[in-house]
Amino acid sequence: MRAILLRLVGAIPTLFGVVLVTFLLTRVLPGDTATYFAGPTASPESIAQIRTSLGLDRPLPEQFWRYLVDLGHGDLGMSLTTGQPVKTELVNRLPASAELTLCGLLLAIGIAVPLGVLAAVRQGSLIDHACRVVATAGVSLPVFFTGLLLVYVFYFLLGWSPAPLGRLDAFASAPKQHTGFYLVDTLWAGDFETFRAAAAQIILPAGTLALFALAPIARITRASMLAVLGSEFIRTARASGLSGPTVVLTYALRNALLPVVTVLGMVFSFLLGANVLVEKVFAWPGIGSYAIEALIASDYAPVQGFVLTMAVLYVLLNLAIDLVNRAIDPRARRGA
Amino acid sequence: MSAVLRVQDLSVAFHTRGGVVRALDRVGFSLGAGETMALVGESGSGKSVTAYAIMGLLEAAGRVTGGQAWLGETDLLAADLSRIRGRRVAMIFQNPRAALNPIRAVGAQIADVLRRHGGASRFNAGARAIEALRAVGIPDPARRAKAYPFELSGGMCQRVMIAIAVAANPELLIADEPTTGLDVTTQAVVMDLIQAMAARTGMATILITHDLALAAERAQRIAVMHAGHVVEEADTATLLAQPRHPYTARLIAATPTAAGSLDDLQSVPGGLPDLRRDDTPPCRYAARCERRLASCDGALSVRALAPGHQVACTNPLEAAA
Ligand SMILES: Nc1ncnc2c1ncn2[C@@H]1O[C@H](COP(=O)(O)OP(=O)(O)OP(=O)(O)O)[C@@H](O)[C@H]1O
Ligand SMILES: [Mg+2]
Repeated sequence: MRAILLRLVGAIPTLFGVVLVTFLLTRVLPGDTATYFAGPTASPESIAQIRTSLGLDRPLPEQFWRYLVDLGHGDLGMSLTTGQPVKTELVNRLPASAELTLCGLLLAIGIAVPLGVLAAVRQGSLIDHACRVVATAGVSLPVFFTGLLLVYVFYFLLGWSPAPLGRLDAFASAPKQHTGFYLVDTLWAGDFETFRAAAAQIILPAGTLALFALAPIARITRASMLAVLGSEFIRTARASGLSGPTVVLTYALRNALLPVVTVLGMVFSFLLGANVLVEKVFAWPGIGSYAIEALIASDYAPVQGFVLTMAVLYVLLNLAIDLVNRAIDPRARRGA
Repeated sequence: MSAVLRVQDLSVAFHTRGGVVRALDRVGFSLGAGETMALVGESGSGKSVTAYAIMGLLEAAGRVTGGQAWLGETDLLAADLSRIRGRRVAMIFQNPRAALNPIRAVGAQIADVLRRHGGASRFNAGARAIEALRAVGIPDPARRAKAYPFELSGGMCQRVMIAIAVAANPELLIADEPTTGLDVTTQAVVMDLIQAMAARTGMATILITHDLALAAERAQRIAVMHAGHVVEEADTATLLAQPRHPYTARLIAATPTAAGSLDDLQSVPGGLPDLRRDDTPPCRYAARCERRLASCDGALSVRALAPGHQVACTNPLEAAA
């Protein structure tokens, strides 16, 4: 418990750094908010007026200070393009992104870990070669390409999946919100029809993310399993006649998972990035597509809010990985 | 005598990139119930490979290319070893801390074996694991059962290994350098424990070591290995007093004793031959041997010089009067 608190406090300087850098970056990037906001026909006077009313004529340190004070009050500013508070929009859109990323990650784990384990146990077999092909293909295909390819094949050619237009098709209505995850909320409400619709929508984008995440997870699982299977305690387990499944799953896999979990953290943070593209391709109403639109419009506040959200997610993610590692590895528990 | 283990003409080869390594060549020995036999020889002589071949634990590159290994009436080279390992033959290893699962409590590791072989149920396995820890002399076993290997000393870990090995009352225990890496007092304690367990259950023991002094102290019989051959096998007293194979004699001369001084120590000259060659000589010691004859290049056979005393040498030393 104390360790968790320490970690969170330790993350504050990092978060401050992130806030500072995004603030500076958004100011340095080309594009002028006031001009964009005033529209193409605005006179120089009205642009100047808007600039004053937004506080953009103040020196940078002062702007930054104001931003910090607002942050301290939990205020992430207003989006100039949508006219909504950034916080509200992020909170509304975050579940969509989180559901998509988690689905992608779970799908990837569900395929890659068994694949890696089988590849290691049956070294040189067909499944080992399959694992290698997946690992190579996964790294060489960019996400937007796999995304478009999946849409082309499964929507356009085969017609198996619905149009890639968001979380639900036009005929279904969103479930009552508990978690914000449609797959969970529909089940909560016992509405299997909508669950099916939501699942049909999410499968392609989640699959795209999964394809992207598959390669590193499968590769590290295979390598780590091979290393553990060759170690002395596995020889002991075999010599004491423990059954094959016990040796592979209880003894080898649990040990092999330690590096896998660490890599999962990295993969997850890559996924947060890949998400932005996938949301764009599938018109997914998440925080990624929100940030992109804001960025194109030189709308600072949403971009800053987005980056900050990502940074917080990243800190929480590392914390979660730490906790999982502690749960698996007694040395990590007693050591700290 | 009904043998617990009978190994005959056991040959093992490893297929490597550099060629076929004939690691064992017609190895033979046998072991009676309750007996302790030491397998001695310098590093690389094939002691561990012998043990792994018997246990069916050779790595993928290794193959048994000939011979037999019988555990009582069971043909170990043909049987389904998954029901025999840990139940009828058990093994303990050098470096006990690495030989235990680092992230599983030691009590749970013993319980796993008890559930698999000892007829323990999920509910009483924990309690029986604590009993097993008590039996190998671990103080405060209930608390230690929850400890992980990294929290225990090397000696404690080796006790846990022993508890795992004897959990199912095996007929045969193979101890592969069980005391290497432990300090001298702990070595004695661990060996005492192994012998006490063997005496209690009537289990036969193969003690693998490169330390002839340890073998002399603990084993009733000694088999000397050199480059994949068993060159001599005899009861301990005979072997030490009347070594007939030149290599055995050299090995004895190279072993410090309480009586002798370190100055008298002679190392065995030369190294092990390259086992990858197709033309490995019949006697693999010939190149290092000072008693080599022209006839040594002919076929090598194992000769019984006396009941229970075999030697694989064309020109053995004379028996002392
Ligand atoms: N995986 C392998 N590949 C190729 N050759 C091997 C392999 N394992 C063992 N050998 C061969 O078998 C020989 C005997 O090895 P072994 O491990 O049995 O020696 P040992 O007597 O146990 O020595 P030590 O005292 O060092 O443990 C080695 O010299 C080596 O040539
Ligand atoms: Mg060895």
